[in-house]
Amino acid sequence: MSGTFVGMPAFPKAAHEAVNNQTLRGNLRHATHTIRGKREKAVAELADWAELREAGKRIKDHTLRHLDRYLVQLEESVTAAGGIVHWAADADEANRIVIDLVRMTGESEVVKVKSMATQEIGLNEALEAEGIAAYETDLAELIVQLGKDRPSHILVPAIHRNRGEIRDIFAREMSEWGRPAPEGLTDTPAELAEAARLHLREKFLRAKVGVSGANFMVADTGTLVVVESEGNGRMCLTLPETLISVVGIEKIVPTWRDLEVFLQTLPRSSTAERMNPYTSTWTGTTDGDGPQTFHLVLIDNGRTDTLADEVGRQALRCIRCSACLNVCPVYERAGGHAYGSVYPGPIGAILSPQLRGIASEIDASLPYASSLCGACYEVCPVAIDIPEVLVHLRERVVEGGPVTREGNKVVLKPAKGHAAERAAMRAARWAFSHPGALRTGQRLASRTRRFHPRTLPGPGKAWSATRDLPPVPAEPFRDWWQRTDGGKDTTK
Amino acid sequence: MNSRDLILGRVRRALADVPRDDTPYEQAVDRDYLREHGNRSVEETVELLAENLADYRAIVHRCPADELPALLAGILAARGSASVLVPPGLPPEWLSAADTAQVEDRAVSTVYDLDGVDSVVTACALAVAETGTIVLDGGPDQGRRRITLVPDHHICVVRVPDQVVSSVPQAFERLDPARPLTWISGPSATSDIELDRVEGVHGPRTLEVVLVSAADR
Ligand code: SF4
Repeated sequence: MSGTFVGMPAFPKAAHEAVNNQTLRGNLRHATHTIRGKREKAVAELADWAELREAGKRIKDHTLRHLDRYLVQLEESVTAAGGIVHWAADADEANRIVIDLVRMTGESEVVKVKSMATQEIGLNEALEAEGIAAYETDLAELIVQLGKDRPSHILVPAIHRNRGEIRDIFAREMSEWGRPAPEGLTDTPAELAEAARLHLREKFLRAKVGVSGANFMVADTGTLVVVESEGNGRMCLTLPETLISVVGIEKIVPTWRDLEVFLQTLPRSSTAERMNPYTSTWTGTTDGDGPQTFHLVLIDNGRTDTLADEVGRQALRCIRCSACLNVCPVYERAGGHAYGSVYPGPIGAILSPQLRGIASEIDASLPYASSLCGACYEVCPVAIDIPEVLVHLRERVVEGGPVTREGNKVVLKPAKGHAAERAAMRAARWAFSHPGALRTGQRLASRTRRFHPRTLPGPGKAWSATRDLPPVPAEPFRDWWQRTDGGKDTTK
Repeated sequence: MNSRDLILGRVRRALADVPRDDTPYEQAVDRDYLREHGNRSVEETVELLAENLADYRAIVHRCPADELPALLAGILAARGSASVLVPPGLPPEWLSAADTAQVEDRAVSTVYDLDGVDSVVTACALAVAETGTIVLDGGPDQGRRRITLVPDHHICVVRVPDQVVSSVPQAFERLDPARPLTWISGPSATSDIELDRVEGVHGPRTLEVVLVSAADR
């Protein structure tokens, strides 16, 4: 990843600051609890959820195992449908490709639909440095962009802002970027949305170049899929003359039919809806309808390094639904910014250190941004065992070992300055190798929930000094593990 | 080395630990999930579609085929629409009773032209009952993707029960990936401001769906 979040303090410090910000915590708590409750209902509607989850996992695993083959097939089908495929090994190359493509159109502005991939590579900043204005068009992204801010949640990026703050940002900043906010703008969500609609429509109608990500790419047909709610995706995908989609190489599914799995699990896991308001699919270009030039930029940027890790590669199954964020007790308190990456929460804690390596302090601290309660694994629609990867990455940080960086095998030295984590690891390992002690400990903690300590005693003290301990889950992870046969039987 | 070969080479090296003779795609995935959820009669499926559409704040109307022109005329009049966009292949009789000015979508029509129109009427490719979704595939009676996006009011006509499927898997079976598809579930919406749902940020703020049944009902 590029230096998107350069200068971020490491997780413990950033989290500690966030925890003391009452507004942020209140907003986050409200958001995560609301979505969590709705999600459970939406999932319960489907009697075959466990089978869908298993199918999603298998489709993704199969794809990753044969990623070379599917990438080549995708390239062929996109090309056959009239698209042009580009390959980018890292963020700089991807940005260079997009800049050149925009230049070729002679335009100096682009409209963008929310895309974590373009944010990961720092595309907006790169475009700006070349004199090309990039307008984010998702309402939340607009709030973030106008507020000169960073997104804090995958799904609701501006969840750390309340309506009063949003009103002030719109009133102050909109005129700098285009159509000003209406006189006397109040803080009702309907009025704020209307102000955004008018402000952005002006840009959509004149835009000649659109930039997007994609939720899925279908190898056998060359189809791309974007899932959204507001219609800004449809605007960016269909009104401009040129469309440039920047997509990570892991977003492939082999066949058209595979989408029937993910278009059931993604909306329900994500926004807790039976279906999101808009889904667009397109295959190359269509005469007379939509962009007549279509570029697909496939980015690696650390993904093949992640693929090389036998335990960590499962993170590439992620379909970015954000369900794991909403159940994570650590995320709920720390907020998305503390993770120092476009990928916050449990998935961020395992994805960022793999994509970027663990050389920086923040990346080395991310595998510790978890209580290992297992809730993230339980909700994940593609069954990524996040706790397993967290423990694996903690070992990497503490003990070093073989990893792949930019395609080369290297041996990591144990990280310096992680004495506390080393101690915490020893404690954790001791507990995991003494199942009796762990079980008793957790049961006890459940019963004494109210008296649960803020900090850990013994070797974990240094580690927990900068973290508020999360509440103990209603059902201890171990009990859940046994009940469901290691998570294999999610029907129980 | 170019980046394509570089990336493909990295992928192959990253997978060196994976056994070569792996299960083929056809056997790699168990598809023992359901093709549809629940046992419903055809009428019940249409009923479920109506319920789920309404649940996502689409306005739902039902009528027999011979009453469609009057119903569409009524909807446009009630909204006070001065102009309505018409895709090239829309059955002409559908709007035969409406006195709203009809605007043809032509290749030369600009987005600013579309922005000035009040309503749009289209057919659809199919509708999914379990999710309350209508799917457009750009057929002649639906037109270009942009015409259902820019105007603020979209009326979509679904022929029931022919165009109704129960579930998402059944929808994928019937759709052609080569065509550009738009799946629509309710009007445009956002929950970005303190999770309060607001309709219509960029797409149409009002979606009206007409479930039209064969005339002999
Ligand atoms: S890790 Fe799983 S739960 Fe988290 S965002 Fe990715 S798919 Fe969703």
